[in-house]
Amino acid sequence: MIQDMKPENIVGEFKEIILNLYGGFSRKIYYSELETPYPDGKLIVSTTDPAGVITHVNQAFIDMSGYTEDELIGAPHSILRHPDMPPAAFKELWDTVQKGEKWQGFVKNLRKDGGYYWVKATVIPNIRNGITVGYTSVRRKPSKAKVDECIKLYPTLF
Amino acid sequence: MSYIFTVSPDFSPDHISGWYIFNTWLQKHTDLAIHLEMYNNFHSQRSAIQNDSIDLIYANPYDAAILVRDKGFRPLTKPRGCCDEVIVATSINSPVQDIANLQPGIKVATTEDPDVNMIGMIMLESADLNAANIELKTSDSYVLVAKHLLRDDSDVGFFLAEAFDDLSTLIKNQLRILVRSQISVIHHSLMLGPKLADQHDLISRLLLDMDADEKNREVLSSLGFTGWDKVEDEEMEFMIDLMDTLKV
Repeated sequence: MIQDMKPENIVGEFKEIILNLYGGFSRKIYYSELETPYPDGKLIVSTTDPAGVITHVNQAFIDMSGYTEDELIGAPHSILRHPDMPPAAFKELWDTVQKGEKWQGFVKNLRKDGGYYWVKATVIPNIRNGITVGYTSVRRKPSKAKVDECIKLYPTLF
Repeated sequence: MSYIFTVSPDFSPDHISGWYIFNTWLQKHTDLAIHLEMYNNFHSQRSAIQNDSIDLIYANPYDAAILVRDKGFRPLTKPRGCCDEVIVATSINSPVQDIANLQPGIKVATTEDPDVNMIGMIMLESADLNAANIELKTSDSYVLVAKHLLRDDSDVGFFLAEAFDDLSTLIKNQLRILVRSQISVIHHSLMLGPKLADQHDLISRLLLDMDADEKNREVLSSLGFTGWDKVEDEEMEFMIDLMDTLKV
């Protein structure tokens, strides 16, 4: 289950929307135009179970998302879902990793404070003895040129 | 029967004698005949791995997937507090102040160290640089990488952070760090092959207890370590998955 965002956590002016998330959930989102730049040299790492529920996060994930570790563990990974991300991108992600393949793409993630950060994300299935036991996702700093391409492309995919 | 032990060729030259001391210590405490075979480069070491010639290895994280998933190795330990982090640096005289300032066509000085090269390339990605639009100049050591920068015949260099920190102050003062990775979960590991599988618990216990004894601490010190920490099978699987995501 995933909780609605809280207006008191949001920094600056914000908009409101209800997002329908993977797994049949919906969530009230508050989002602003405040960007947090991706820090040089860091990798954001997380693992999920096969249903996309977070089982591990590293410190960079905590720092960039604005959530505490307790808030993240057990939450669906879509807690980061930003309304500017087209659903088609996540459908492609799930279709790819459920086939046992790697997925890579550029993602605008939503912070707890309503701001956002861009990442280059790679997701791979964790296969143990032939069975997918979860997924590992690693996010790195994206190039500005690629982000600019996505800013133009993604609105056309809704 | 004699077993073969080898060490990732990116070990610090200062510690070569330390690995021979460690091997002697290991033989004495396990009662096993273990021969330390040092390979000059990753290519020849990988050939030995492929030929099933290796029984114990202090492995570069880049080779962990082959060792565990193809060759049936199991992790034993990692050096305490040591992670493989990477520095991308330039000459202090370079006008480049930030990774984002780097342009296609740059010359990158590096070694053969595979995980350093992989992480270094990831840190250049944010400037839209990749193997197709840079020129790699491979050297035998990090001192030579630094010399390429000081002679101005390379624009940036990739360093294992530990090796960079070990450079002389004179050299370091002539270099500028553009970025230092903060990944924390990629590390070298001591790993045991299938022929020694029944010795796993014994060797693991010996290694984990090493820092409790003064003489053993001297052996650790000769390797530049303060102790060994256990690496569980799942921790190794996690690192291999992580490396797989980074190789994309």
